[in-house]
Amino acid sequence: MLAMRRQADVLITLFFFIIVVSLFPLGVGPEMNILRAIAPGVLWVAALLASMLSLGRLFSIDYMDGTLEQLLISPSPLFLLVLGKMVSHWLVSGLPLVLMAPILGIQYDLSMEALSVLTLSLLIGTPILSLIGAIGAALTLGVRGGGVLVSLLVLPLYIPILIFGAGAVEASAAGLGYDAHFSLLGAFLLVSLVFAPWAAAASLRISME
Amino acid sequence: MSINWYKYAAPSSFYFLAGKLIPFFTVLAVILLVAGLYIGFFVAPTDFQQGEAYRIIFIHVPAAWMSMFLYVVMAFWAGIGLAFNTRLSSMFATAIAPTGALFTFIALWTGAWWGKPMWGTWWVWDARLTSELILLFLYIGFMSLQAAIDDPRRADKAGAVIALVGVVNIPIIYFSVQWWNTLHQGASVSVMQSPKMATAMLVGMLVMVLAAWMYSIALILLRARNIILERESHTSWVAELKETTR
Amino acid sequence: MIWNSWSDFFNMGGYGLYVWGSYLVTFMCVIGEILIAKRRARTLRQQLSLTKESILRERKDEATS
Repeated sequence: MLAMRRQADVLITLFFFIIVVSLFPLGVGPEMNILRAIAPGVLWVAALLASMLSLGRLFSIDYMDGTLEQLLISPSPLFLLVLGKMVSHWLVSGLPLVLMAPILGIQYDLSMEALSVLTLSLLIGTPILSLIGAIGAALTLGVRGGGVLVSLLVLPLYIPILIFGAGAVEASAAGLGYDAHFSLLGAFLLVSLVFAPWAAAASLRISME
Repeated sequence: MSINWYKYAAPSSFYFLAGKLIPFFTVLAVILLVAGLYIGFFVAPTDFQQGEAYRIIFIHVPAAWMSMFLYVVMAFWAGIGLAFNTRLSSMFATAIAPTGALFTFIALWTGAWWGKPMWGTWWVWDARLTSELILLFLYIGFMSLQAAIDDPRRADKAGAVIALVGVVNIPIIYFSVQWWNTLHQGASVSVMQSPKMATAMLVGMLVMVLAAWMYSIALILLRARNIILERESHTSWVAELKETTR
Repeated sequence: MIWNSWSDFFNMGGYGLYVWGSYLVTFMCVIGEILIAKRRARTLRQQLSLTKESILRERKDEATS
């Protein structure tokens, strides 16, 4: 049952990603020079939106069937449980995007090097999206209009990741160094790995009071 | 003079204190506003580079400063409310948000109307403007989260978490936007750093900053009183209020 | 004196539209904010005096019954 739901989640997120990325050439036109220029931004924005799409279900299923209350009173630290939730969210909605991105990048005529940088930047960047997004998901738990609200709360916080993620790909396409981008993304990942589960656990407690 | 702070930390006593303070800050704000506008329009000379268009500075800079300052103050009170479970500080944070958002909007609006004659375009993806826009998003997120939650205590705490996450993120966002801007070699806007600002311009600007500050205090106190009344409407002290009490 | 006449003042050296466009919207925003907060205060007080009356009425009812 759980596995089937997971499978559906993976497919929905993945197809959303593919559709959004494929819409841009239709809107912008098939000019390859333009597409190559906008590719990093388009792929990254689509990844942000796709990863956000499933945030609503991160805690809400457990919330509705009462498992979340049991988790809150269980002896194991909430920090770790929340971290586990974040990891599983990334496995369902982050990792598939990372694997799919190089294929979609080919549609945009990206070079081999740019494709590998794109994949690597998504690999480092998408876990941060799950980590920060979980805070928003925990805060809006059981709130009316929660889905839209999550996007309002979380998208502004995603901006630095978007800038450095897409920036790395652009820098490599322009033949510039992208080490600084990756070290900053890595730093963001480490910082959010420390603080986000803690903040999300606190938010869960607030929402469950 | 010793003030019993704990006494004023109770919403009921604060309600009356705020009522006494509002006229004081209102009068201050009006005096400073009139003085600032007089200096801005009749004392400050014409700028040799920008002509008269620079006079937008007298609202643009105060609005931009207040928008950032108020977010920090809001996060501070929200954090205090979260850490020490003090109702009044959380109410204060809720009262600050709309004024902060309004100043953010004013800063963006006046920035556009200043940019059009100076740079020939309403909007530039400059680090400062972009950060200000993101600040507006953060304010809107805070307010919509609080508005969506019915239970006031939960709204306070949830708002506090998002305000604190926002305040940690603001410097990161600012520096990443700045980096993004230099990377793309966007329009480098150096109008603000004019070589020397006439003293009258600077004085006018600072007086307007003070006016905006006093205005914010008066309005936040007014809104805090509203919130107190809303939340404490069932308590005995509200019931004992005379109908004529302002 | 910077301005020779009122029309000179409103013209703002050719930048009148931009200067006054900024100031007008700012003051409209500020006045709007004040009015909204004031109106909220008034309606709250009206509502509360209503509830107060109802509390008094309830007490009276209890006393008479």
